[in-house]
This record gives sequence, structure tokens and C-alpha cells, in this order.
Amino acid sequence: MSSVQDVNPRVRRIRTPVGLQSLAARITEQLSQGGQKPFQKVTDVSSGDPHRAGMPPLSFVRQVLAVCLYPELLGEDSLPLDVRQRAQKLLEACNGGSIGSYSPSSCGIPQIQKSVAEFITRRDAGIPSDPENIVLCSGSQKVLSLVLHLLSRGEGLTQTGVLIPLPCPHTLPMLLDEEGLTPLPYRLLEDQGWALEPDQLHGALRAARGRCEPRAIYISNPGNPTGHVQDRKTIREVIRFASSEGLVLLVEEVFQDSVFGRDKTFLSYKKVLFEMGEPYSDTVELVSLHSISTARMGECGLRGGYMEVVNIDPDVQQALKNMQAPSSPPILPQLALEVMVNPPAPGDPSEKEYTQEILRMDDILAQNARRACEFLNDLPGVSCQPAMAGLFLYPRLNLPAQMLEEAEALGVEADVLFCQRFLEEERVCFGPGCENGHDRNDLHVRFCVLMPPAALEEVLTRLRSFHLRLLDQFPH
Amino acid sequence: MSREATNGVPCGARVLTLDTMNPNVRRVEYAVRGPIVQRAVQIEKELREGVKKPFTEVIKANIGDAHAMGQRPITFFRQVLALCSYPELLEDNKFPEDAKKRARRILDACGGHSLGAYSASQGIECIRQDVARYIERRDGGISSNPDNIYLSTGASDAIVTILKMLVCGEGRDRTGVMISIPQYPLYSAALADLGAVQISYYLEEESCWSLNVTELRRALNEAKQHCKPRVLCIINPGNPTGQVQSRQCIEDVIRFAKEEHLFLMADEVYQDNVYADGCKFHSFKKVLFEMGPEFSSKVEMASFHSTSKCYMGECGFRGGYMEVINMDPQVKAQLTKLVSVRLCPPVPGQALLDLVVNPPQPDEPSYSTFMKERKAVLADLAEKARLTEEIFNTVPGITCNPVQGAMYTFPRIALPQKAIDKAKEQGLVPDMFYCMRLLEEEGICLVPGSGFGQKEGTFHFRMTILPPTEKLKVVLQKIRDFHLKFTQEFS
Repeated sequence: MSSVQDVNPRVRRIRTPVGLQSLAARITEQLSQGGQKPFQKVTDVSSGDPHRAGMPPLSFVRQVLAVCLYPELLGEDSLPLDVRQRAQKLLEACNGGSIGSYSPSSCGIPQIQKSVAEFITRRDAGIPSDPENIVLCSGSQKVLSLVLHLLSRGEGLTQTGVLIPLPCPHTLPMLLDEEGLTPLPYRLLEDQGWALEPDQLHGALRAARGRCEPRAIYISNPGNPTGHVQDRKTIREVIRFASSEGLVLLVEEVFQDSVFGRDKTFLSYKKVLFEMGEPYSDTVELVSLHSISTARMGECGLRGGYMEVVNIDPDVQQALKNMQAPSSPPILPQLALEVMVNPPAPGDPSEKEYTQEILRMDDILAQNARRACEFLNDLPGVSCQPAMAGLFLYPRLNLPAQMLEEAEALGVEADVLFCQRFLEEERVCFGPGCENGHDRNDLHVRFCVLMPPAALEEVLTRLRSFHLRLLDQFPH
Repeated sequence: MSREATNGVPCGARVLTLDTMNPNVRRVEYAVRGPIVQRAVQIEKELREGVKKPFTEVIKANIGDAHAMGQRPITFFRQVLALCSYPELLEDNKFPEDAKKRARRILDACGGHSLGAYSASQGIECIRQDVARYIERRDGGISSNPDNIYLSTGASDAIVTILKMLVCGEGRDRTGVMISIPQYPLYSAALADLGAVQISYYLEEESCWSLNVTELRRALNEAKQHCKPRVLCIINPGNPTGQVQSRQCIEDVIRFAKEEHLFLMADEVYQDNVYADGCKFHSFKKVLFEMGPEFSSKVEMASFHSTSKCYMGECGFRGGYMEVINMDPQVKAQLTKLVSVRLCPPVPGQALLDLVVNPPQPDEPSYSTFMKERKAVLADLAEKARLTEEIFNTVPGITCNPVQGAMYTFPRIALPQKAIDKAKEQGLVPDMFYCMRLLEEEGICLVPGSGFGQKEGTFHFRMTILPPTEKLKVVLQKIRDFHLKFTQEFS
């Protein structure tokens, strides 16, 4: 029988997940079977998963998908006309008029590649986007895995390195492990709202010397989990850095439409790149990523996303486009993506409700982020930079020394112990900052703040109760 | 700007080129979607623009996509999924009660009662339980543990995941994976990408594409000299060949796998597509367990299934699962870790899979319509399988094995030497030359056999049996006429 020695060493080297989400699932299971624990359900806010937290999907999106799933509904008068017209158009874009067919190409449905390109062109004030440079995928995690796979070569000292932010999205480190890439962290500056500082980039590159071959830099903007929105100056500096240091830019921009910080605007890397003119605009290799796992859509479970490639070598681009063949990305999320980039227009029957729902989502997010940040900063030993965008708050924890010792004795990270206890005692699951790259000297936790306001109050109340109990337990 | 970057890339030079990218990512032309398909799409464009051709439409019989060729989805499945997508429809009395019941159950199992929430990486728990029960019913009561079920993004994703797990070693110790020739090119592509060694074993065209253990042994022994054979892949019913392996054959393969300590990968996505008299689908797992504990407790295996084929044809959902048998717990832990990297499989695909393994029961309102639709699809395919074999075998120069199952025919074509020479002149593989001519002259898109592998010196094409019956008849006649003309031209 095969033993673990026979397993692919690269798979073995993938770091072991912390496992809090599994614990949360197990506790949920116990609760549903009438276990002893006091509370009714588990609130897992460790991922950017608004629907799980109780936020509704967008009505228009789900209505369109329902009609596409069951085209008999095309004749259903109780559904708005624009819903049915949109569904009709989308069905016509599918082979055989069915969402059950494969995509016409392994890059997705051509009409949707076109819609995405048009969206990008509008967003970037006319800077053109070519549908041929758009690749649709089953989620940005998959998109990233394709690009990282393409970049990966070498072993040991010649292994490809990728500069990544510290903190980074909690889903990124495992991906790098799987593709055999060396992470090269560059610190974001917490006391400046998690700003990116070019010196840190140079430092990360210096650390690479003799250890690996750096070939790419990953950016999360707006930041996951930091909520930071990069300004034009920063973006230009990063682009210049990537250019002079021979690095491909991988930019994840999933939170681009949930910027709520005052006087903050999302600027796409592509737009800034083009506005910098030559030589940057036609040489810097850029891959931008987006998905339907946004604050407004929250359609994480559908698994839909895309990448736009800019200035990539044509042969490499062809290889990239072939990577999903002979399969192709799922159809339903592509349709949801199409609605996202091409929402109801003014005058359409569904436009008013769609806009209202979006604004309500935006308001709740902004309010929750503000409320939760204030609350956290009021807790002893907790400090939190205000988020300007995105789904998460990422507070810093100053835990009592005794607790740190207890964690060490138990062989777990202190932030994991914190989250574990919080989950077991209060039924709320936060994410430990070690998954985002921080360590015992710099403890953080993350949680998604997009949920019904009453639910947030409940989470905060339980946090305070737990945290104060903890401090009582370990007097300073 | 520095003259040379820290990483050595010269100023102004591209970072990512064919030389600097992952050497394993080949620019593989997947025959199923390769140049012939690109040309077909181009011709369709020309037709739309009013260019005159000897035909008015391109018939794409190249890819196993049933809905694209007009097959209708199963009403019940689409009703439940629509209800899951927009639960307000649960108030609508146009939907049957059993559909609503299924939808509610699925939504209850989703975070926030929405298909849009992430699920557990291994898949939604109650769906894995349903899959396990389906397997138990299918396999005459042999138990299936939901913990051994992993939901996936189509069967392809699960197949690549297992291959990735099992590739290790360097040089002569590098993992060797046995795959059938002809094969579905996902396997060869995955092996190239993973840097694993492909060990080809030939199916026997003369005996209906059956698998002969002697051939397995030959391939294995030869391979032992340059790699460490660890995996044996088998597609049953077969793609592109359509053969349904006999029970005896399956037992022989299992015996062989045990003797040689091979991990068995059983790709069973066409398990409902069995047409020929005397043929029956035997799941590898069932046979394994019926062979007794000497085998059932030792042989390591993964079986794969999906929502893309059979009577559902729902390729676009990317629904699928694998069941792992006798996997070492530590190895299984690595597998569980690996699937968590991708977060989770698409939830709509998971929901659809749940319906496939949990269809309407005799006492439920949707049962009769469901059974009618299911029967009709499978009967239609069976008839087309028969028709295809019959008509192709009337053509001198085309030899067609019975299409026992799956969705394809893989007939052998005799090509005149002059045609072979002409092909070489144009830098084309002979069966590609043939298929290109067929496309240009008749507007029929097939896939050359070279895309799937074949014995040296033989030529084939793969055609799907999916076009609607009347259209299929026309296609078969056109191919017959073309073949005679082609043979004449190059004689």
C-alpha cells in the first residue's frame, strides 16, 4: 500500500491548514445533533463570505440565473422583462442554447469575454481592453493557480520566487506551496494604514538573493485583509519597481467596487500603467484578476473569475489560454460575471431595485467597518487600522505573556489559540493572522465585517465578553 | 533603470517567455479543441458572413457535449436548481413538491442558505452522504463511506488531483502511469504537465478494443527499465473507443494491479451509457469487493464520476466526485489538504450531483416524467450507436467496432499511400489531413485519431454520436461519400 513517503513531495510540503473552519463545521454538526454547548449556531466569519454571514444575493443576478437554469421561466410574467431578455441573450451565447454545454472555448464564452473587455474599457476611461486578453476561470484562486503554475520552474535555489505582501490573503500561501514557489514577503506598514512602502519591496528582493529566482510580485489592491487602497503614487512606484527588477505584476483587484474610505478611489493597475506611457505601458507584464466573490455579489460558491493579461509574450499567452483545455470553466458563474460587469441600465425595469440593493450593501459594509473598528480600538490590548475598502478588518492583538506561554506549551500559535477558544466558547470563528503571514511577534486576527448589522453587534458583543474574560484569566 | 535587474533579466527584456516559463507546460494542441476546431469556428464565421461553401452549416461532432448538439436537460434537475438559485420561486405553484423539497434540503446545507457561500473543500457533507448511498445502491449494498468521497470540479479535476498526489521520485524512480491507447488526452496532458512518465498500453482493436492483461504486462515490464510504475488508469466505458469491459477483464485488471502494486484509477463517467446487447457496466469497486478480502482490503483505488455525460449531459456545471478505496490514512490526509488549496468545488455542480444520485423516486410526482426523459435520452443514444456502426461498416475502407457504450465511435480508416504522402508534404499527420479535407468539403468536424493515440501505421477518427438522429444519418452518409471520393482521388 502507498505510504506518505510515496506522495508527491511538493504536495507534502504544502503547509498544513490551521483547521479552524473544520472545527467550526464539526461544532455546527454537534449543535445540530443536540450537543451540550450553550449556543445555537456557529458564525464563521474567517473568510470573505457575505452569504454565509446572512447577506442576500442580488435579486436580478439570481433571477437571471434561475431563468437560464430553467428556460420555461422565459414565459413567466411575474419575472421582470429585463430579467427574461437578459437570460434569453445569455442562453443564445451558450452552445445549443443550454448552460449545460461546455464553453465554446477553454477560455470561456466569447460574448462574455467581450462584455468583460468592454467593462474594463469603461472602467479605465477608454483605455482599450481586448477580449483575446481575457481568460475566464472557476474563481480567482484557480486563475492565480494557472499563472503561478506557468511561472513555476526550478528547484531549491533556482526555484521561482514571488514577492507577496505581509499580510497577504489567507488563501495565498498554500497556493504558492502547491506550485513550488518561494514566497518573498514585503511588509506593509501597519501604522500607515497598511501602506506599501517601496523600501520594503527592495528589502524583499535583497532577501531573495541566493535563495531563489524572483520573477513576480503579487499585489492585493484594495488590500485583503488590510482594506488599504493604494494611491496613484504607490502604484506608479510599484510599476517602476517591477519594470526595473524584471518582475511580472500579478494584481488581485477583487475588492475594486467596495471602496468606502473617505476620499479614496480605486485605481486599476492597468489604467495607471497606460497613463505612465512608454516604455512602461508596452513592456511591463501585468496580469489583473477579478472575480464574482465581491462584497456586492458575494457569489463565492459559484466560483467565477477572470484575468486580463497585458504585455504578455504571445507564445506564453497562448500557453496560458490552453491551460484549462480540454476542459472549460463552469457556465453559471460566467453568466453571473456578465451581469456584474453589465448591470441593469437606467430605464430598465430592474435597475431601481438593483441599484438600491447595491447601495444598501455598500452602506452596511461601510457602517460595519467603521463600527467594528471603533469597537476594536476600545478593547484593551486590541488596535485596528481603519479599513478603506474590502471585506475584512485585521486588528492587532496584544495578548498577555502567560497566554503566549500557554500557546507555546500546547504547540499552537497564540492567534490560533485565541481563535480556537473564541470559537469554542462563543461560537464565532475568526481567522488567525498566521494564515495571513504574521507570527507570534505580531499577532493579528481577521474577520469579514459584511453581515446584517444586528449580526455584527452580536459578534462584537461576544468578542468583548470573550476578550475581557481572557484578560481576567491572565492578569498582567 | 538598472542595466540588469537583480534577478538577471536584461533591461527591457520580457520576463516571461517560453524559455523562462514552466517547462512542463507544453503548448499542447488538444486535438479535441485544437487546430481543426479552430478552423471549424473560422468556417462558421465565414458562413455567417455569406461566404459560399458546399454546405450550409458546420456539424461539430468533435466534442462530447450533448446539449450543444440539442440534447434536452432533465426537467427535474433544472427545476430544483432554479429553485435553489432564486428561492422566491418556492412560492410558485408551477413547481412540483418533490423539486421544492430537494431544493430546501440543498439550501439548508449551504452556508446562509445560498449557493453563493463557500462550501467545505471536500464538498457539502449531506451531498457526500447521498453520493455514498448512491454508490451502495449501485453496487448491490457494498458499503461506501462518505469520508472517502471527494466532490470535485468535474471528474477531470479529481483525476488531475490524484495524479498530482502520486507523482514522485527522480530519474529511474520517477512515477510511471499506465494509460490506454487510444485515450482521452486529459491523461497524457496531465502526465506531461506533472513530469510523470507515460506508460502506454494498447487496447485490442480486433477484439472490440478490449484490454488484454498480456499487453498490460508487456507495457509494464518495458517501463520498469526507465521508471517506477505506480498507477494504472482505465476508462470504462471507454473514450474514444466506447468499449464496455467485461467482468472477467475487470477482475484480470484488478488482479494485475494487486500483483504489481499499482494504484487503480477507474474513470467511470460514462457508466450509464451502455448500449450493446450482452454488455453491462460493472463498477470496479463492486468487482473488487466481490473478489473477496484478499483483494478488497489491499488494492488501492479511486473511481471517478461526473454530471457531464450519461443521460444528464451537464458538462457546463463541472460537477463530479471521486471515491477513494484503501487509501493509507496519512496519504488521505495529504489529499484532503491538497483539495483545500482550491477552496471548494462550484456549489451548483455539487447541487446537481446531489440530484443525479438522488433522483425522483417511484412515489414522487416527478418520477414518471423523469424516467421518461432519462429513457428517451439513453434509447436515442443506443439507436444512434447502432446506426453508426451499421452505416460505417458498409463503407469499403472504414472498419467500425460496435459502439458498446460512451458517446463516440472510433472507426479505422484505410488511407491510400498517395494520401499519406500528400499529408506529409503538407506537414500534416495523415488522419489530420483527412479530417481537414472532410471539414473543408463537407463541413463536418471530427477529431483525427492521432489526437488520441493509435497503433503505428493505423489511422482513425473520433466522431461523437450526439447529433440528432436525422442529422446523424446525413453526417454518416456524407462521410461515406467523402471517404469513397477521397480514396478515389488518391488511388
